[in-house]
Amino acid sequence: MFYSLGRYILLLRLSFKKPEKFDVYWKEIMREMVSVGIGSLGIIAIISVFIGAATTIQVAFQLSSPLVPLSIAGKIARDSTILEFSPTISSLVLAGRVGSSIASQIGTMRVTEQIDALEIMGVNAPGYLIAPKIMAGITMVPLLVIISIVLGISGGYIACVVSGDITPADYLAGVRDGFDGLTIRVALVKAFVFGFLICSICSYQGFYTTGGALEVGQSATRGVVYSCVMILFADLVITSLML
Amino acid sequence: MIEVKDIHKTFGDNEVLKGISAKFEAGKNNLIIGGSGSGKTTLLKCIVGLHKPTKGEVFFSGQNFSELSFEERVPIRTEIGMLFQNSALFDSMTVEENIIFPLNLFTNQSKSEKLDRANFCLERVNLKGKNKLYPAELSGGMKKRVGIARAISMQPKYLFVDEPNSGLDPKTSILIDELINELTDEYNITTVVVTHDMNSVMGIGEHIVFLHQGQKWWEGSNKEIAHTDNKELNDFVFASKFMQAAKEKL
Repeated sequence: MFYSLGRYILLLRLSFKKPEKFDVYWKEIMREMVSVGIGSLGIIAIISVFIGAATTIQVAFQLSSPLVPLSIAGKIARDSTILEFSPTISSLVLAGRVGSSIASQIGTMRVTEQIDALEIMGVNAPGYLIAPKIMAGITMVPLLVIISIVLGISGGYIACVVSGDITPADYLAGVRDGFDGLTIRVALVKAFVFGFLICSICSYQGFYTTGGALEVGQSATRGVVYSCVMILFADLVITSLML
Repeated sequence: MIEVKDIHKTFGDNEVLKGISAKFEAGKNNLIIGGSGSGKTTLLKCIVGLHKPTKGEVFFSGQNFSELSFEERVPIRTEIGMLFQNSALFDSMTVEENIIFPLNLFTNQSKSEKLDRANFCLERVNLKGKNKLYPAELSGGMKKRVGIARAISMQPKYLFVDEPNSGLDPKTSILIDELINELTDEYNITTVVVTHDMNSVMGIGEHIVFLHQGQKWWEGSNKEIAHTDNKELNDFVFASKFMQAAKEKL
């Protein structure tokens, strides 16, 4: 475990060495941002709307008491979405979608000697392959999480309109009630850390792939599993530190 | 010129290279031959720096490559071109982008200069007009030729070729060998080819190093190879009935 941790840290150090030519790396960063950000927008939109809607209905069901104002459901749904569902669930989904793609892409490049070809040319392969992915991860995951929050809360509103468990007015009143900006800061810190974890762990798994197609698949699976575990661990740490 | 001195390489308990020394001269096709598992590719990877030798040194034009850091190696690496066994083309890039890639990173050439160079390299390997194709759209022989075009794009002083004929039909193999031979003569490159293809050995083997069980077993030229009394080399070279028949006619 310590051997892997040391190798992971050394790989990250190599990844952030001075690039050979900045404009080549800049193009790579833009390409990765499109892949991570635009490419994941659809799935993030779908899960956010449904999770927001389901959360609102469940909270309304649990608080069905004449002593509790219905607007509380909106408040709880809002904070749950901002603090937990949008950053964590979105990142777990992104670990599957983006992480497996990163690990298999770099793993395939390793087993087909494309990484050797980069090194022979004098290119810092970790820098060229991994740094742009991490940069894309730490910028696009927070953006996706912001979109997810908006869509999650909108999903809750749609659920109110469709199900009628709470009136839309009560829901909106709850959403507006006692908003604390700290929750958004926590969500963005989580998104930043999760984006870094997904891209760096999956890149590491891909970069040290040996063998052939079977091992590339195994690297992708390991990358996703380790990313998910580390996301949940980091979620706990950030939550306990910031709240 | 490239010189390797007493190269050893061990993987775990397995000593793959056992003290190999050799000189590879400029303007010559230097072939490293040997049976499967003899250490040919490991030696090549030690020379280019993909493997760190357990012991020994590699000199490029007198400069000790083995003791240089990654950054210090970059100027030498930009003078190295390499064709990999499976071509190792970047499959997310077109043929043209593959060739231009090292130019983008290590030169300040304008876009038109880079395109001219890519076109020249493609023309040199008889692939004119294939700029926009992706590696997946190319045949094995075409991939090899694009690999050579990428390898020569930076006008290398050293060309390394790993199994250039693997997976190719005999006619395409000869074309690739001829191309390597022409480029070596034309640009006075130090070419090191790892192969076990006897057509290549007889066709372009100006200087041959035969490896057996991780050791240098024999060294000479293709003219000398047919008359050697080295048992292991004879077993390797004349393993096929075709080669045995050819030897009898010599």
